Amino acid sequence: MVTTPLLPSDYLDLISPLRAGADLRGRIEAVHPETGDAATVVIRPGRGWRGHRAGQYVRVGVDVDGVRLWRAYSLTSPADRRDGRVTITVKAIPDGKVSNHLVRRVKPGTMIRLDQATGDFVLPPVKPAKVLYLTAGSGITPVMGMLRDTGFDDAVMVHCAPRPHDVIFRRELHRLVADGKLRLTEVHTATDGVLDVARLGDLVPDWAERETWACGPTGLLDAAEEHWSRHGVAERLHTERFRPGVVVAGTGGEVTFSATGRTVCADGATPLLDVGEEAGVLMPSGCRMGICFGCVTPLKAGAVRDLRTGEITEAEPGVLIQTCVSAAAGPCDIER
Amino acid sequence: MTAIDPTAHLTAEQIEELGRELDAIRDEVIAGRGEKDAAYIRKVISAQRKLELVSRGVLLFSLFPPAWVIGTAGLSVAKIMDNMEIGHNILHGQWDWMRDPKIHSTTWEWDHVSPAAQWKHSHNELHHTYTNVLGKDNDLGYGIMRVDEDQRWHPVHLGQPLWNFVNACFFEYGIAAYDLELGKNLSKQRRKDPEFRARARAVGRKIRKQVLKDYVVHPLLSGPSFLPTLAATFTANVVRNIWSHSVIMCGHFPEGVQVFERRSIEGETRGQWYLRQMMGSANISGSRAMHFMTGNLSHQIEHHLFPDLPSNRYAEVAVRVRALFEKYELEYVSGPLPKQVFSAWRKVFRLSLPNRRTGAAGTPDREPERELVAA
Repeated sequence: MVTTPLLPSDYLDLISPLRAGADLRGRIEAVHPETGDAATVVIRPGRGWRGHRAGQYVRVGVDVDGVRLWRAYSLTSPADRRDGRVTITVKAIPDGKVSNHLVRRVKPGTMIRLDQATGDFVLPPVKPAKVLYLTAGSGITPVMGMLRDTGFDDAVMVHCAPRPHDVIFRRELHRLVADGKLRLTEVHTATDGVLDVARLGDLVPDWAERETWACGPTGLLDAAEEHWSRHGVAERLHTERFRPGVVVAGTGGEVTFSATGRTVCADGATPLLDVGEEAGVLMPSGCRMGICFGCVTPLKAGAVRDLRTGEITEAEPGVLIQTCVSAAAGPCDIER
Repeated sequence: MTAIDPTAHLTAEQIEELGRELDAIRDEVIAGRGEKDAAYIRKVISAQRKLELVSRGVLLFSLFPPAWVIGTAGLSVAKIMDNMEIGHNILHGQWDWMRDPKIHSTTWEWDHVSPAAQWKHSHNELHHTYTNVLGKDNDLGYGIMRVDEDQRWHPVHLGQPLWNFVNACFFEYGIAAYDLELGKNLSKQRRKDPEFRARARAVGRKIRKQVLKDYVVHPLLSGPSFLPTLAATFTANVVRNIWSHSVIMCGHFPEGVQVFERRSIEGETRGQWYLRQMMGSANISGSRAMHFMTGNLSHQIEHHLFPDLPSNRYAEVAVRVRALFEKYELEYVSGPLPKQVFSAWRKVFRLSLPNRRTGAAGTPDREPERELVAA
């Protein structure tokens, strides 16, 4: 009643954005380069942060060129870090808006949005006797969180990267090796070629007895899953997949109206508002020319094309589209 | 619909070319939206909240006259910022591209008795789509006034200068009633329509909250300053109302602005739609502070061409739009605030009386339209 239509929190956020009870945010305190295209971002999370377990990931909402984009990154800090900070380690991927922003441009002091840590790519409560970490590229990041968090008597790591200087955390890994805490095999794919998982036994003879955590590109994980189940030890393998689906924007496609449960084919020129109405879906509508914003609807999956500018919008959490000026650019899911 | 059609010299091809040129301006601004724009709106929101907090804080001591004056002035400005540069523009979806759920047309609620969702329908959809089309755009006189010679005169219009003044003082209530289409919906049958009743209840809830905050809770918090605080919030609301009413009157009422017949928009092309927005709107000239306090509605022409472009970009867009007006020999109606307000009010007074007729032809005897630029 005192601040209507705003909430008292809208004012408190001006003073103390990291306070308990606020929407979860984090302040970037430092960015440390790891390799030519990877960096570790040190984040001080707000008071509402409930902590994480080694191997989990966090979704971060970062404003890039004024647009809030959400991405998931593995936490690379141990769960019990004294100063309450957490770190994510980000590898800049070609054309990656968020990753390049975090690795190359972001300044300490920047506020970002956070979700609570999540994911079941974690160590079990009871320590296994022998472990194997099978990683490639930035797939090392969740495993680094584990390595920093929990020591094992017998830990082996097989890590793939194009060249030695592409190995993220290389110095720290070698220190662990020197201290006898880890046995490490680096596979340099630029010179050695891609790791053949079927011949993993050459590198780690007792691989089948080890509780294994694998993270890396889809090809590696598919091969690993096949290899482990062929040898009847599938339950020992834990995998973590990044980037589940990559949207390829085309013209037209199958449109699903998920709230109504209807699916129809749409071409790349008909506004989704018309497609929905034709299919008998109750669609909010307004000016039908893109000016009144009365028809905005969440895009749950897929991609749409703005019929005025040709611009492609891909589904991300929180993305709303104007259905009266957007057409399907491939299969998509509209929440109506 | 005016005696002389100021667009008669344009061919159909020229009008479509004009549309393409305007589309190009729009595309360019959209491609250039970025961090600076996002920082702008965040800064304005933050400044508005701080100003409101401080002003209300000062008003707790409004028994002391200087505190009353400072607090009332601050609160008036804060309310104007909230309605004009922030609320109006966010509700147009101008900042939706930031994907910040807090600064979004679907979530924003403003310090106004009309619920944002209802206002969006009547303003964004009805007014902006059918700008200045008689019988379609209720903003033409808000259903209580006659603002064009071609609207039929009725003796009730004699009182319209008075209605307009009362409407200015209590503008937010006028807008809420207008969004509800109260005049049309108060008939016995319509009143019972469940959809109308739900909307009326939503307005009732919003009014209750606003009134409780401004006229009960805040004065009570001020203790011995109860009455001065009450008077201060009332004054701030009236100041905000008169200010926004004046700015909005300047958008479509001043002399030189065209209105259109229902028939004229059948099968309207994109170019023709743009042209109607150009001829149906008027600007206010002035300083940057002036543009800011009007929520950039001083760039009404640009706003009507591109209602979803960020308001902080209208000033740069205006230079290019004005060049197009000149290129196509169209009149860019613009003037300082006092002049435009006077012009709009003069029209309200003039049209409260029936048209003066000349002889047997029965054509309205109009004031001469201003000469076309370079015509």
